[in-house]
Amino acid sequence: MQQEIIAARALTKRYGDFTAVDGISFSVQRGECFGFLGPNGAGKTTTIRMITGVSPVTDGSLAVDGMHAQVDARGIKSILGVVPQDDNLDLELTVRQNLRAYARYFDLPKQVAEARIDEILTFFQLADRQKDRIDALSGGLKRRLTVARGLLNSPKILVLDEPTTGLDPQARHMVWQKLRSLRSQGVTMLLTTHYMEEAAHLCDRLVILDQGRIIAEGTPAELISAHAGRDVIEVHATPDERLAVLRYLEGRQGVMVEEGGDILYVYSDGQNGFNPASLRDLAERVIYRNANLEDVFLKLTGRGLAAE
Amino acid sequence: MSTLALPRAVLERWKRPDVSWLAVRVWQRNRDVFMNIWKSEAIWPFVEPLLTLVALGFGLGDFIELEGQQSYIEFIGPGLLGAYAMWMASAEACWGAYFRIDQKTFDAILSTPATIDDVTSGEVLWASTRSLISVVCIFIVVLVFGAIVSPLAVLIFPLSLLPGLMFGSISLSYAAVARSVSSLNYFFAVFITPQFWLCGAFFPLDQLPGWVQAAAWFTPAFHVVEIYRGLATGNPEWVHLANLAWMIVVTAGFYALAITLMRRRLVK
Repeated sequence: MQQEIIAARALTKRYGDFTAVDGISFSVQRGECFGFLGPNGAGKTTTIRMITGVSPVTDGSLAVDGMHAQVDARGIKSILGVVPQDDNLDLELTVRQNLRAYARYFDLPKQVAEARIDEILTFFQLADRQKDRIDALSGGLKRRLTVARGLLNSPKILVLDEPTTGLDPQARHMVWQKLRSLRSQGVTMLLTTHYMEEAAHLCDRLVILDQGRIIAEGTPAELISAHAGRDVIEVHATPDERLAVLRYLEGRQGVMVEEGGDILYVYSDGQNGFNPASLRDLAERVIYRNANLEDVFLKLTGRGLAAE
Repeated sequence: MSTLALPRAVLERWKRPDVSWLAVRVWQRNRDVFMNIWKSEAIWPFVEPLLTLVALGFGLGDFIELEGQQSYIEFIGPGLLGAYAMWMASAEACWGAYFRIDQKTFDAILSTPATIDDVTSGEVLWASTRSLISVVCIFIVVLVFGAIVSPLAVLIFPLSLLPGLMFGSISLSYAAVARSVSSLNYFFAVFITPQFWLCGAFFPLDQLPGWVQAAAWFTPAFHVVEIYRGLATGNPEWVHLANLAWMIVVTAGFYALAITLMRRRLVK
């Protein structure tokens, strides 16, 4: 069996004069969790919508499990489970009816569907709510049901567009736990998020998108070491202190400084004999921590607010 | 939007509809919703035509003399069937479908193997079903009041499906371009309500000026009422085949329009 399950080459989406996705190429392997990171408007959702066959490809090629998006959208959609950014559960049906109606679009035989619905309701701890109307559910429950719905057809690829946006920490960890469990069962996952913690938790590999282009690609660890080094020192400094800190760091090997508002971010690869404790003498508040994906993200896409 | 943007968008999006069996799955979804609420709403399809029948048939009807021996009840019975078939199918495909667009119900369906054309077709089929359900309810009412004379009237049941498809397609086309709930009211005020009163359901059109009669011929509901009245009174005529042909052509045209407008609204 071929390892590559999604292959995008120079994939492009234009709306009139506006280019939402600007010729991106990537490939997703079977069984991995692949992430799309990027600020709002970077083209994450548009890319997902092309992969899931609901938005026509303007240019380039896109193959999912050997089927071409421009030719066999129905075929592609039949092997995907889609969890959209906004819950679009059917408000006029109960929890179980939602799943039943959805299963019918995949032409699951009735008995298979009913068994699958029972299984999924149990897995997501929703069985005792199955007769409830959707508007009686909390945000976390709705999200769980939306993920559950995406799994009804036992998809080869589960596509999640910001699966935990708007959830409280408990609900978020619950969804993550379910997703990790699915990943360990070998389900290929595609994920967009702007929670870096979520990407670090779940993704084997990811790309960072900005203004419709891929600006970085790799495993979370690779991206961190390539773009943010090993350690980060956050220096909260007054303008005077700031000057002293900058002067102290000037010309040091393996050290990079970035200014973000009232904070100086000092990236260090940890192999230059530079002692971060020495900064404590120069500024009031110095925080020393490991570099993370958020540093990579902010460094590459800018610490300012994305222009809407 | 320039005046030509809409026609151009329609032409650009036209290609053969990609409709499959999944259209029936969309229909089933609407049926499930209907089955959830029909018990609480079952009374209304009877009450409204009943009130109209009593008020117009017995109240107003006493003052009205028709040609021949026909009673006023016999006259408006089939008229009510036609007018409410239009009303039900239009309400379902206009209000109902608009809310389903707005609540992203269709977006969820589109991420399954169903296509937008399956959705459009399923919605039109469901509007047609609502027309049939409505006709069955009202038929019972008008039958009880002696407004049905001929056994040919049973043909009205299968013939409620075509007006359902026709008004379903017209109304869904409108819902697909509507940007707010209030513009749906506008559609009803300008298009549906005038037809309701002027389609010949409640008084013979030959009493009206010639130009009104000519205008009536262009309204869909007129043709429905003509056929229903012919069947209910046991006087089918060849001209009713022309009414039927008129409806088939208009239905096909608006179905194609609904297909392209729904693609424009939901596929981006």
